[in-house]
Order: sequence, then C-alpha cells, then structure tokens
Amino acid sequence: MALSNSISNIFGVSPVKPLQNHMSAAIQCVDLLDAFLRATFEGNWDEATAVFEQISTEEQSADDLKKQFRMHMPKSLFMPVSRGDLLSIITQQDNIANLTKDISGIILGRKMAIPDKLHNDFIGFAESSAETCRAAHSAINELDELLETGFAGSEVKFVKKLIRDLAAQEQKVDKKEQKLRKKLFNIEADLSPIDVIFMYNIIDQIGGLADTAELIGNQVELLLAK
Amino acid sequence: MEFFTEYGPTLIVIAALVGFFMAWGVGANDVANAMGTSVGSKALTLKQAILIAMVFEFAGAYLAGGEVTSTIRKGIVDSAIFVERPNDLVFGMLSALLAAGTWLMIASFMGWPVSTTHSIVGAIVGFAAIGVSVDAVNWSKVSTIVASWVVSPVMAGTLSFLLFRSVQRLILLQDDPFTKAKRYIPIYMFFVGFLIAMVTLLKGLKHVFKDNGMSLSFLESAGIASLVGIVVAIIGSYLLSRVKRDLSLETDNRFANVERVFAVLMIFTACAMAFAHGSNDVANAVGPLAAVVSIVNSGGDIAAKSVMPSWILLLGGGGIVVGLATYGFKVMGTIGRKITELTPSRGFAAELGAAATVVIASGTGLPISTTHTLVGAVLGVGLARGIGALNLRMVGSIFLSWLVTLPAGAGLCIIFFYIFKASFGQ
Repeated sequence: MALSNSISNIFGVSPVKPLQNHMSAAIQCVDLLDAFLRATFEGNWDEATAVFEQISTEEQSADDLKKQFRMHMPKSLFMPVSRGDLLSIITQQDNIANLTKDISGIILGRKMAIPDKLHNDFIGFAESSAETCRAAHSAINELDELLETGFAGSEVKFVKKLIRDLAAQEQKVDKKEQKLRKKLFNIEADLSPIDVIFMYNIIDQIGGLADTAELIGNQVELLLAK
Repeated sequence: MEFFTEYGPTLIVIAALVGFFMAWGVGANDVANAMGTSVGSKALTLKQAILIAMVFEFAGAYLAGGEVTSTIRKGIVDSAIFVERPNDLVFGMLSALLAAGTWLMIASFMGWPVSTTHSIVGAIVGFAAIGVSVDAVNWSKVSTIVASWVVSPVMAGTLSFLLFRSVQRLILLQDDPFTKAKRYIPIYMFFVGFLIAMVTLLKGLKHVFKDNGMSLSFLESAGIASLVGIVVAIIGSYLLSRVKRDLSLETDNRFANVERVFAVLMIFTACAMAFAHGSNDVANAVGPLAAVVSIVNSGGDIAAKSVMPSWILLLGGGGIVVGLATYGFKVMGTIGRKITELTPSRGFAAELGAAATVVIASGTGLPISTTHTLVGAVLGVGLARGIGALNLRMVGSIFLSWLVTLPAGAGLCIIFFYIFKASFGQ
C-alpha cells in the first residue's frame, strides 16, 4: 500500500526555520563588512578581495535559500501568518545581502580610498548599521517562539520591544550618517569629484542597510497584528 | 434453510478471511494515521506507539466497539426486507467486505486518501439499494451517518481549537510556562481517563452488566469514570514530576522544556486515540462478518437475536495487531518523519479533540472516519495560529475523496454481489 494515503500530507513545511536560515546567511554578509572596510583602509586589496569573495559566496547562498523558500510557498498553504508578509520579509532580508555585496563590490572595483580623516566615523557608521541588521535578526529569531505561543501574550510584548529597540538603533544610524556626510562635505573640495560622488553613494547604501533592517522590523510587527 | 446447511461453513470462512484482510488493512494503514501524530511530535518512539496501539486498539474494539459493529451489521439495511431472502443479505455483506477491501487496495496503490468507513458504508448501501431494492436501505440511518461525516471533523476541529486556546491561556502565555504546564496538564489527563471510562461504562460494558443483572445509573457511571480520571491524573502527575528542566535546551527555543512536559501528556492522548480508533474502525471489518455469521448460524433467520460470538471481535482485533506488526510500523515511521512540525502541545490538542469526537460517535453507534476527524482537529489547531503550515489542497482532496469513495464502493459491491449470486447458483 502506498504511503501517501496518510494524514502527514496535510502538514506543510513551516516557513519559520527557512526564513531564519536565510536571515542568518544575510547577516553573515553584513558581519564581513567590517573586516572588508578595515582591509581597504589599510590599502590591503588582496585581503579585501578575499573578504569580498566570502561576501559573494554568502550572498549566493542567501539567494539559493530565498529561491527554495519561495518554491515551498504555494498559495494553498494555510499558515498562522500571511504569505504576502513572509514573502516581503524574505525580499527585504535578501536586500541586506545584496546591498552588502554591492557596497563592497563598488569599493573594491574602484579601489576606493576613503580619506584617513573619515576612517573612524566611517567604521562606526558601518558598524552601527550592521548592528541594526543584527537587531532585525533577533526579531526574526523570535518567530519560532511566536509560533509556539500562537502569536499572543508576553512573547508578543517581548518581540514588540525588540522592534522598538531596532527602530531606536536605526535613528542612531541616521545621526551618524548625517555627521559623516557633513565631514565629507567639508573636505570634498580637495577630492576627485567622481570619487566623492561614489562615496556619497556608498554612505547612502550603508544607511540603506539600516533602513532595510527597520523595514523587516515593521513587517514582523505586521505579523503580530491580529 | 438448506442453502445455509450446505454452504454455511464456506460462507463463514470466506467472510472471516475477507474480514481479517480488512482488519489487517486498518492496522497497516489507518492506525498509522491515528498514531502518527504521536510519533511525529517525538512524544513516543515507534516501538512505544506500536505497543500502545496494540493494547488500546484492541481494548477499544472489545470494550466500546459493539455499537458501531451493530450499526454496520444491521443498522444500514432494513432487515424486514431480507426476512424472505436472507441469502441476499449474506452475499451482500460478503460483497461489501470484498468491495471495500478492493477499493482500499486500489486507493492505497494510487495514493488516494480514502476512508475504510466510507468504503464499507458505501458498499453496503450500494448492494442493498441497487442489488435488492431502494427500500432495502434504512435511509434515515444512512442520512444520519452521512451527516455525522460532516459534523465529526467540525466538532473535532472546534474541540481542538478550544483545547489549544485553553493551553495558550493557562500555560504558554504565562510567565513561567514550565511550572504552569506541570500544574495544569494533570487536568487534561483527567479528561482522557474520564472520557474512556465513561464510554466503556455506558456502552461497552452494557452487555456484561446485563448478563450479571447489574446496572449503573448515569450518575454512578460518571462517579466511577471520575475516579478513573483521578487515578489517571495521579499516574500522570508522577510521570510529570520526573521531567526535570534542562536549561541547555532553551538556548535555541525557550519552550523546549515545556514541550517535554506536553510529551508526557501525549502518551495519554495517544492511548485515547488508539482506543477511540479501535472502538470505531474495527467495526468496518467486523460488522459485515458478524452479520454473515449470525445469519448462517441461525439458519437464515434474520430476526433472531444472536449475541455476537467473541471470536469475531478477537479476529478483528487480531487482524489489526497483525497489520500493525507486518506493515503498520513502516507506515507509522514514515508518517512520523513527515510531521515533525507538530509539537506535543499541538499534537495533544489535535489527538484529544479527535479522540473525544470519535469515542462519542462510537458510543452513539455512528461509523465515522478517524482520519477525517483527525484532519478536522488539526485544522482546528491551525485556526488557533498553532501550526506553521497546512496544505489546504491536500485537505481538499481528502474531503473530496469521500465523495468518490461512496459510488466506488457501491459499484464494486454490486459487481461482487452478482458474481456471488451467480457462483452459488442463485
């Protein structure tokens, strides 16, 4: 007798674990950004290339995880959270990986030398932005606990607090971004205009990491809404 | 009637063989559906589940299976029509067994999720309505049965929904769910014990009491059942006290230890599920066999009040055990591996909701599908936002399958009916 004649067929694969795995892969990219920037500041382009390769690999694996996730999301699934919300969360998570790869890719491609005066602010700004992404990661990591409680009670309060912290962190990143832009503005006349344009571009994208993380937080908050 | 003196033993042997085959099929496939949730949520190992299934399926069939068996045996057809033609009833019941068995084989081979209950009821209605006459079917009873197929998943779903909500309210949403779980879970254990004892006392042991000149009022039964429930809860509390909190498990999921507590509860609901399944589904194999045996033994007198020989129930229970031992463990293992997303706190709610529904249906003599009831129960937990993902398309095909099973079972049964008639020269 065939085995498909069974109750097990009504259970789909829970979206929580795959979503968390994808987020972990995206965070791996972000975690490498610091090492990459430091290598470029020292002018060690071999090291920077090696780190960029790692970022690329992680970005690729995040891409694969995203594809698999989508493949397992047929419309006929009945889930405690909306399919649309989950799909937009994974898109945002994927953006984190993509942005990180773009940032490092542009810096590496142009062998961009960030002026020494800006190094500290730049690292601080990037680290702060990465921290926002990690805060989004912790919110995503709470999804299995949320599922366990059926999206109710003190667990919801806990996750809401995580999301508030995430928003506060994003505000800090905004402040640092303003400061960095101002410093760059003060010295931009001495630099090559094309380099400066790309520097602003990079700053924009690093800030974009934090914005994306905040978007993920907002999406998780939507999951909590009854 | 000389027909029965001539062919009686042959007919009984055929019926017993086919009945045993049906029971084997129930044990091989159906029990796995009923118990797979326990294995999947890792509350029980495969061996423990098989052991529980063997003991409680048998107990359920023997202690609480009588009502459903008698419905299958004589509730669906109108006996009055067959008084003049008992041969047709015997051929019909034989064909029904054979048709249901064949249909289950085909369906399982093709991977269609069909129900034993629906096959056998469809088959009996088929031969009676078309092979004999439309009036030969007790239509009011049949419509009650069909209605119960709609009501039972809904009821199980509602019960599971409420059970899971109560678990949320009392345990999962509290500040210290581990301690709360240990405090409140014995209450659910009490319900399990109470439920099984109550059905056994009210329905299963009725005949035993009658023979001994004893009788229990509803309140007396409730009292005894409560005592049983309390004993079960005490045993459960002892088992719970042995579950110690292991903080190393909580790094990944803070509810890991709470689930270990629920796993203990699931041992009890698994027993209830096996009992409920035995009380309802064994009748599918045993009911037609019992009808054949009683007609043959009374020499064609349908009206004769005959006690069902105990070997028939033993054969049914035995068939299930053999089915489990030869094939069921494989199926159960596969199902268990596939439903890992169901944690004990969910699995228990689904099982208890389904078991309660099935046991109540068994008590009222309604043959329902355990698998469909369990599907309803799982959906109930899902509606309480408790399950990661449910495949609604599959749920649809399960419920569609029973619409197909009725005419299929009926059609096959009619064919076999005429073959039997022809080969016995009628």
